[in-house]
Amino acid sequence: MNTSNLLQVQDLDVRFRIDRKSEPFRAVKGISFDIPEESTVALVGESGSGKSVSAMAILGLLPENAIVSPESRILYGGRNLLQASLREMQDIRGKDISVIFQEPMTSLNPVFTVGEQIGEVLRLHMGLGLRQAQARAVELLNEVGIPNPKLRVGSFPHELSGGQQQRVMIAMAIACEPKLLIADEPTTALDVTIQKQILDLVAALQAKHRMSVLFITHDLGVVGDIADRVVVMQDGVIKEQGTVDDIFRHPKDAYTKALLSCRPRLDRRPKRLPVIDDFLKGDPKVHLEERHRGTSPEDAIILEVKNLDKTFFLKEGFFGKRAVPAVKGVSFRLPKGKTLGLVGESGSGKTTVGLTVMRLHEATGGEVLFEGTNLLSLTEKEMMAYRRRIQIIFQNPYASLNPRFTVGQILLEPMRIHAIGADDRERIEMAYQLLRRVGLPEASFHKYPHEFSGGQRQRIAIARCLTMKPDVLICDESVSALDVSVQAQVLNLLQDLQDEYGLSYIFISHDLAVVKYISDRVMVMSEGELVEVADSDEIYRNPQQEYTRRLLASIPRGLQRAKELE
Amino acid sequence: MSAILDNPPPAEVRDSPGLWALAWRRLRHDRVGMVSLAIVAFFLALMTASYFGLVASDWAKEKGVSYANPSFLAGSENLEAQSMAHKGAAAKAPPVDLSDVDPLAPRYKEWEERAAKIAVTEVKRSETLPFGGDKWGRDVLKKAVKGSEVSIFVGLSSALLATLIGTVLGAFAGYWGGKVNDFLEWFYNIFTSIPYILLILAFAAVATSTGKLGKGIVPIVLILSLTGWTGIYRLIRAEYIKHSNREYVKAAQAIGATNSSRMFHHILPNVSHVALVQLSQYTVGFIKAEVILSFLGFGVPVDMVSWGTMLAEAQNELVIGKWWQLAAAGASMAILVTAFSLLTDSLRDALDPKLK
Repeated sequence: MNTSNLLQVQDLDVRFRIDRKSEPFRAVKGISFDIPEESTVALVGESGSGKSVSAMAILGLLPENAIVSPESRILYGGRNLLQASLREMQDIRGKDISVIFQEPMTSLNPVFTVGEQIGEVLRLHMGLGLRQAQARAVELLNEVGIPNPKLRVGSFPHELSGGQQQRVMIAMAIACEPKLLIADEPTTALDVTIQKQILDLVAALQAKHRMSVLFITHDLGVVGDIADRVVVMQDGVIKEQGTVDDIFRHPKDAYTKALLSCRPRLDRRPKRLPVIDDFLKGDPKVHLEERHRGTSPEDAIILEVKNLDKTFFLKEGFFGKRAVPAVKGVSFRLPKGKTLGLVGESGSGKTTVGLTVMRLHEATGGEVLFEGTNLLSLTEKEMMAYRRRIQIIFQNPYASLNPRFTVGQILLEPMRIHAIGADDRERIEMAYQLLRRVGLPEASFHKYPHEFSGGQRQRIAIARCLTMKPDVLICDESVSALDVSVQAQVLNLLQDLQDEYGLSYIFISHDLAVVKYISDRVMVMSEGELVEVADSDEIYRNPQQEYTRRLLASIPRGLQRAKELE
Repeated sequence: MSAILDNPPPAEVRDSPGLWALAWRRLRHDRVGMVSLAIVAFFLALMTASYFGLVASDWAKEKGVSYANPSFLAGSENLEAQSMAHKGAAAKAPPVDLSDVDPLAPRYKEWEERAAKIAVTEVKRSETLPFGGDKWGRDVLKKAVKGSEVSIFVGLSSALLATLIGTVLGAFAGYWGGKVNDFLEWFYNIFTSIPYILLILAFAAVATSTGKLGKGIVPIVLILSLTGWTGIYRLIRAEYIKHSNREYVKAAQAIGATNSSRMFHHILPNVSHVALVQLSQYTVGFIKAEVILSFLGFGVPVDMVSWGTMLAEAQNELVIGKWWQLAAAGASMAILVTAFSLLTDSLRDALDPKLK
């Protein structure tokens, strides 16, 4: 590997002015790291660690209220980018240093074809003519693996899938053969199988064009596949940096160790997942005994779904309707006190199954038998008694709590609706107990949802479900939006509650490692249909279907690297 | 149950401060909001006082000369008043002697003697008034105060009513969609397809000819609000379409909240900012719309005054350089309207728990 550095970040310190009264918030606290030539550096950290702010500082794209301290330096090609003029930066951006963002749909302009958007970069920075730019755009699309590039160059962004859009973003980023490519969580919004393809593409392009990549991610798992060096950040400070082998094999910092082992793994299933606190206290080996998972034919069945169908109708023209089947003849059984994992890529219909079972969507056909009663044939009034017993925790804890209600109001409302507890006094007491149970301070009762972090909000959502003492809990991607360390805490909480109250879970997720950890039985869905159902150890060890095998193959290899540690 | 408490007594249950209590606490820290609130409160107090005759009850008295100058412009020339005085003087001049042809001539003397017995005290009209006078010499300042009664009442109550109608209909259309939405959209289209003035005139014709809506300003309020709800209906409908698919509403459905609870308890507070901003714009719009109605003869009766009628009079006065009536009505309106919209802005912020 070449040892000379392409870019050096020295003592970078960024603060944000919030308002006039309070002290500016210090997001990045004097960090230094180097990006060597022709190598991939991964910047890893959870939300709020300052990783994206650092990357935006390199590009000079910090928001107006940011203050960069005068000692900070970002050295590139012998000059300090923080002191470069606007003109110089405009020259550098897109040409020498380019960037791929997380959300391809919002990063592409919907009213221009992809050819025009790639062409614009080329004409701006390379001075190509209209026709030359178009020809080069086709070449680039071919290079990033878009099928039939000659045709696709005239497509609008919405005509492409999420993965293809991200490929177009990458094509734009490499159009001018940059020396440094900054990839800011480029695969977070994508499915696992697509994530794998994009990671492979970035790695291949890096080698081919001999550029450097700064890869920003919250997921140590994906880093193992592509990075040469890893920088671990927390709260604006670099906790540890080193080669990928050092970080994965001999992590020194407690936080790095925690990050590596908080994530559920495919080969082990401890009774409880280790959480960051365990490591910071220096006692990481507390709950490492294995938990047995699986179902047996004698298990009592609490919920049985038979031939569930759900078709959405889209309007077409004045009178026309187009049927879009989302769920096609899905049948499964949920044993009492067990967890049924439901995996699949986006658009596979797994969320629709959850919502239809709860009658948040009206089913088109089929039966949902809850202790023998078909929920789908009940009137709205009769359903009320069952509403209480099947509850759902949504994916996005930022959206599923009403921002205008205090936590107290959120918890009291379901108890009032279902007349749980004799009076408000008793209900308030129950709410306090539940807050303690999910690990929140009692003072939370009077606060609003926005005053909490993502993990805490998910705890509030869980507490809201628990107020009704449900029998079945549907977790719809409930931990997907959370940071790895918080994810472990919430998974532990869900497991504790199952052990304590004998809850049955339907656990919907695209994250195969998490599903493997928490589920007794796993169900794989693709395009609205059930592909495979088996006990979780069985399905991971011995997948029967081609689709399941493909899903399992795309789990980032970083995890397996971590496994080698043991 | 055991009589002995083996658990410590439950933590004292504090009542959580309600949304409005919190909003008030936040509003108090907002200087702009508090000043606007004070101004709006002042106008409302003025309006109430004038309604009960505590101030400006003698606004119709013709105290000054025609177009009396404001006190601070006492010295400036007032051609209109001079010409009026001239006319008056001309009228008093001895009539041309027509005694030879006038059959009543012999009796004039007798009449004059009788007339002299009745004491006619010519009121000495003042040359200046605090903020000037109108054509008939009425005090412009008092007119503005009295006018606020009609204008603020019409503006505020029709805006409130229109916002209420628009919000409720918009909520139904957006939340339920389907047939309800189709019906309300059809209804909305009828209202918007008719030219605005024509629609107002149609309503006004019905209101005044049947007389069922009463006399005075109540019909104006009804006319304005029944024709003006369309804009806010559209906005609220769009917000409801957006929000009814949000996860927090789905979550409310999952815990068994009823439709009306989801519509008005869960979603409404989250879209109230739209209604509040519209409310302030409507208030402004309706104060101005009352002018049009008055001009067309469907507005306030001639024996009443509003800022609208003052503005209508001011058009002619401005040509002859008498600006104070325009200034009085315009400034009152501008101050109230600005304060009101700043207040609704502050209110919106105060009601949003996310903003500090």
